[in-house]
Amino acid sequence: MEERTFDELVGAVSDLQEERVLLDANRLRWVDPYGMTGLLAIGTWLRRRGHKPSLRLPDNTDVTSYLSRMDFYRHAAEAFTEVHGQGRQARPGGSDVLLEITPIRSHGDVHAVVDRVQERAGTILTTQLHYSRSAAVQFSVILSEVCQNIIEHAQSDGWVATQTYHWKERLGRKVVAIAVMDLGIGFRGSLSSEHGTRFADRWSDATALESAFLSGYSRFSDPGRGQGLQQIRRVVARWEGRVTIRSGTARIADVPAWDERTPLQRNLPPFPGAQIGMVLPAAVPEAQTTGEVEAHEKATGRR
Amino acid sequence: MSGGMNGDYLRRSSLRFDLSALVRRSVATLYSHLVTRPTGQALRLGIESQIGELGEVCLSVLDFGQVAVIDFSCADEIVAKLIRRFAADERPCDAYFIARGLGEFHRETVDYVLARQGLALVAETADARVELIGDVDDVGRQAFAALESARRARLDALSQALAAPRDDVHAVAERLVQQRVVLYDSSTREYVSLRALLEELG
Repeated sequence: MEERTFDELVGAVSDLQEERVLLDANRLRWVDPYGMTGLLAIGTWLRRRGHKPSLRLPDNTDVTSYLSRMDFYRHAAEAFTEVHGQGRQARPGGSDVLLEITPIRSHGDVHAVVDRVQERAGTILTTQLHYSRSAAVQFSVILSEVCQNIIEHAQSDGWVATQTYHWKERLGRKVVAIAVMDLGIGFRGSLSSEHGTRFADRWSDATALESAFLSGYSRFSDPGRGQGLQQIRRVVARWEGRVTIRSGTARIADVPAWDERTPLQRNLPPFPGAQIGMVLPAAVPEAQTTGEVEAHEKATGRR
Repeated sequence: MSGGMNGDYLRRSSLRFDLSALVRRSVATLYSHLVTRPTGQALRLGIESQIGELGEVCLSVLDFGQVAVIDFSCADEIVAKLIRRFAADERPCDAYFIARGLGEFHRETVDYVLARQGLALVAETADARVELIGDVDDVGRQAFAALESARRARLDALSQALAAPRDDVHAVAERLVQQRVVLYDSSTREYVSLRALLEELG
């Protein structure tokens, strides 16, 4: 369960008429922060539309343990009317968890996120991902800005979660994955009154995303606004990372060399709010090959 | 843990030049995690309140030495809006600012929020120099560096130091004055380096 399967799941449930809806995750074998917060967002969205969504938990103990470490069950109890299955209990947190699923409802929550990440992330980012100390600070800044995006623009609550894991086959190194989701008015809704008219009939989820993501448009006229996303893009690009934003029926992305996705997707199944995903690879010298990275990590006991 | 500020008005020493009767110095020590716009707004209002109590002309040191994190939104609210307000024609008083203790990444953050709004700020460096951050071109930096060496200089002297036409240097110097990174002392017709002013204030 990750970004691509989120779209499939949204498409599968978007036209349902039945009151009771079961999301069966019994055979789920892998889930990332985007997938977890995505499940919560879909469950909450279904409830808002008058459904009674229930969730069947995975039977894979690795997955259920991980969900527990990310504090998923507590939030699932709010998002779904019923949760079936046995969630393996583990103490929230762990060496791979930078930030458990955390609701964002106020600026105070953003402070709490930064405090928690500053305490925990410094060691993980410097020892496991070989980031510099200043890069660890930048990581907190990214989280702060992206969480504020929910409060300033979504007019709704949201969630954030972040975790490290090893992309052995895909990238040959560790990555940090960040997911931030809300069910608010989305980029089109946020920008419509200020910028929609100039686009006339070309105004859409895709043009709204392009306006904010590429051009730094904001619904506020203050010249200091609209810089958060620009800065996130700049920092993520510096780390050769990927950032995607889905809103409404479109998704826009800064795509690094290691990825093959389309920078702009249109006509996705509609979903409210904004869903942001980021993947930040571990830092390695340019000359190192994948094999050299693995050998280095093995030798230094980092695997 | 939230961000914050300690305000202490340091010794109001007499100066050795004409501005001594007017210029006051304040230090705003910022600390901890400076994130979110409401935090930045509260701190800026605190700094503005300090400045308002100091008189007609004020040199304010913004000390970032104890800041662990500052995000772009908070930097915009504290620094950019502060400088924008006091660079405007309708400013409440003549306030100038020097940043102290800006680490590598904090410097980059503040530089960015200033540059995108055409603003600038004098910043002390770790090796006891000062530099300009924000929206300043190469010519402006050269003029600023020349004034830093001279500490205070008339237009002719500055023109000579830069080996550039007087009118050109005048335009550059006035732009620096407008950005509040250089002070113009009309009584002596001299441009004054803010660091020199700060040192003379003690």
